[in-house]
Amino acid sequence: MSEVLLEARNIGKRFGGVQALKDVSLTIRPREIYGLIGPNGAGKTTLFNVFTGLYPRDGGEVLLNGKPLSLESPHTVAAAGIARTFQNIRLFNNMTAIENVMVGRHVRTKAGVFGAILHTRAERAEEAAIRRRAEELLHYVGIADRAHSLARHLSYGDQRRLEIARALATDPILLALDEPAAGMNATETVALRALIEGLRNDGLTVLLIEHDVKLVMGLCDRVAVLEYGQKIAEDVPEVVRANPKVIEAYLGTSAH
Amino acid sequence: MDILLQQIINGLTTGSVYAVVALGYTMVYGVIQLINFAHGEVVMIGAMVAFTIITALAGTAMPPTFIVLAGVLAAIPVCMGIGYSLERIAYRPLRHAPRLAPLITAIGMSIILQHIALLIWGRNPLAFPQIIDNPSFNIGGAAISGVQIAIIMLSLLMMGGLSWFVYRTRFGIAIRATAENVHVAGLMGINADRVIAATFVIGAGLGAVAGVMFGTYYGIAHYTMGFTLGLKAFSAAVLGGIGNLPGAMVGGILLGLVEALGSGYIGDLTNLCHWPGATSWMGERCANGADFVVFGSNYQDVFAFLMLILVLVFRPSGLLGERVSERA
Amino acid sequence: MMNPLKTLSRREKLGLLLIAGTLLVLPFMLATVGTAWVRITNFAVLFVLLSLGLNIVVGFAGLLDLGYIAFFAVGAYVYGLLASPHFGIHLPFWVILPIGAAVAGLAGAILGAPTLRLRGDYLAIVTLGFGEIVRIFMNNLSNPINLTNGPKGINRIDHFQIGNVNFAGTDTFFGLNFSGPIKYYYFLLVVLMAVIIINRRLKHSRIGRAWVAIREDEVAAKAAGINTRNIKLLAFSMGATFGGVAGGMFAAIQGFVSPESFILNESIMVLAMVVLGGMGNIWGVIAGAVLLSFMPEVLRYTVEPVQHALFGKMLIDPEVLRMLIFGFALVLTMRFRPAGLWPEALHRREMTENRT
Repeated sequence: MSEVLLEARNIGKRFGGVQALKDVSLTIRPREIYGLIGPNGAGKTTLFNVFTGLYPRDGGEVLLNGKPLSLESPHTVAAAGIARTFQNIRLFNNMTAIENVMVGRHVRTKAGVFGAILHTRAERAEEAAIRRRAEELLHYVGIADRAHSLARHLSYGDQRRLEIARALATDPILLALDEPAAGMNATETVALRALIEGLRNDGLTVLLIEHDVKLVMGLCDRVAVLEYGQKIAEDVPEVVRANPKVIEAYLGTSAH
Repeated sequence: MDILLQQIINGLTTGSVYAVVALGYTMVYGVIQLINFAHGEVVMIGAMVAFTIITALAGTAMPPTFIVLAGVLAAIPVCMGIGYSLERIAYRPLRHAPRLAPLITAIGMSIILQHIALLIWGRNPLAFPQIIDNPSFNIGGAAISGVQIAIIMLSLLMMGGLSWFVYRTRFGIAIRATAENVHVAGLMGINADRVIAATFVIGAGLGAVAGVMFGTYYGIAHYTMGFTLGLKAFSAAVLGGIGNLPGAMVGGILLGLVEALGSGYIGDLTNLCHWPGATSWMGERCANGADFVVFGSNYQDVFAFLMLILVLVFRPSGLLGERVSERA
Repeated sequence: MMNPLKTLSRREKLGLLLIAGTLLVLPFMLATVGTAWVRITNFAVLFVLLSLGLNIVVGFAGLLDLGYIAFFAVGAYVYGLLASPHFGIHLPFWVILPIGAAVAGLAGAILGAPTLRLRGDYLAIVTLGFGEIVRIFMNNLSNPINLTNGPKGINRIDHFQIGNVNFAGTDTFFGLNFSGPIKYYYFLLVVLMAVIIINRRLKHSRIGRAWVAIREDEVAAKAAGINTRNIKLLAFSMGATFGGVAGGMFAAIQGFVSPESFILNESIMVLAMVVLGGMGNIWGVIAGAVLLSFMPEVLRYTVEPVQHALFGKMLIDPEVLRMLIFGFALVLTMRFRPAGLWPEALHRREMTENRT
């Protein structure tokens, strides 16, 4: 196995006349928590959307475990092993929590229409396995007691957890979280941090976009900084923190 | 007679009516992203109201132009009133509901308006009374009637007037700002409710005139005429790029032309006996100058839908549209 | 959820038994009033079937299909063409119904394909256009080769025949007279049960969850690994298949098919049934369909005499009233009860549907 899990090479993306991403390259190593930070509008979410197949890219390529990743469509990306959450939580609001997670198992299961109609033995077994796995995951993220509540009835923090459980249901090797701490209070943030660390300890690689620089610096093994669609730094938090370009980008003070 | 030129003239006539109706769809869509299914019925009611007035006045000694004008002037406020009520009663309460809700409401309103018209005017079509003589002019071997000239001129005039209004007046700027972003427009002090209501009212007013033109051109008005006309006009709006005013105009005229030329030539094109080498595989079916027409001009109505589907599949933003019609 | 009956309380079981018993004796009760009512009931069941089919597309997957009646038409014409003197082909119904279902399902996939990338409202208008195209073709495919017999439609369509029992005439079993409509009633009842079971199973399956996920949030569904294109096509196709089966039975029961049975208003009517009952909720949709199929008939027998008595003449044609009711059903439901008159008892489900 290579020491690189995901490698992005020269990713480019423009919207009309705006160059949202310019030749962004980064490498994520297995079992690390990799943070992506940058001022508002730096292109973090855009990069995320390109990685997960939501936006077509204009240039560059992404390798997962050394193999080129097809970014054609979000579901192929999910099948390849990258799962994501959204900055503004996107759940299936009128489905129960457990159903939300069960949807995540879709890509790893295969029962079709005929299996469902005939209620075959294989279909029932698969269905039971899906439900079991979903229950496990709800338990893992700590909301097992809300399994049969509608997603929209969950508290904000629980909705975040549910979204992570749904992403985990796709058996990802890389979990991409888009500003998971946004809108959370201090207690919720601490709990979230514990959850993310737990994920890493259980063998997962995490890509984290975050506004909360303190959280990122404390949590991440390595951090990349985007500004105006370009990567201006990528290193361990201590080094990034001391990087004058990063300080300038964040404080806006001219160091010249 | 020059068939090609004749079809072009006919296509321009119906096309300009489509364009005016399409403006109503596109304005509303531009501002609140709703297909106002009931717009076609508003157009139909415009035609019915005008025809009722025109028929009532036909026996009097008033000059024909005045009678037609009276019909149009009666239809416009009626339609504007309906357009306003539609927005106010049916759509406004659903502005923050899931997308399917206003759409289903629009379909329901369309059915309701159509059947109210049926109750008022009955199942039989209203005929345009013989009050105006319709002179025919010869240009380049094709005929163009006075009514056709009037329709094309009037449509151009309305399109020009609307463009001036939207691009040159303060209220027009408010409409465009709302179309761009309702929330930001609101922050700039624009009353979004008023703007949205206005697009319904203006669209309905234009639709009323379009209905009268369409009815006058074919000589009849019927309670079902709004459905196909509306569907075609909507196709025209999509063809040009929905939400885009010049797009609706271009789309309407283009659709009229495609339809006229298509139905004019499809019979010849699909006459297998005219295909090269037909005699060998068609055999006696084509003997003695017989024809074997697969698709005749009775497929006229299919063209609009086919064009709609083709545009949506290959260029969903329309010919002039820049906005992407899909949400990311 | 292994056995649905297990989750029911005693009272619910009793209720189900009562309904089953009523459904079994219903045609004989109705026949005492008039055979016409058995026929009306049969058409109501057909509309329930159609609504359950459309419910998959609109209710589960959230795709607003306004041309749904076209698939009903496809099923009806397949039956008409393969069991009538028109081509001189007389295949048995158990051969044709699956063919009709398959052709309709295929048509659903073909018509669905170009619309998949479209947003909901575009989808509505395109399916509306498709419905019209199908009708225009039915009207005009009589020339140069007579495929559909044009506006006149196809007549003298064969009745069902099982062994020696022909559904055209009356037979006596167990001392009871089974007229044609009564036999169709029981056949329809069996099909209806099957369709309800299929619907329920689909809803609680991997595919059904994917449909609802797409309805709830298409982007999130994609990100969660669902191939939305295929799953939407599947919804179109499944819905169309139900429509095709219903169409085939419609052709046999009515004995003739013509394009005017498949106009837009019929699509709207089915949509109204789905919307009024509660999109996505199987029992609600059934209730909506039953209500809206019987209401016009009841009106026919009440509105006319009442109007004659009050005004001495007919002011509102019951047919017009029918369409007005459908229109208002759509508008008022969306305004005041967007989840339908019988929304899913989510809370009850939350309580009862515990562990497997």
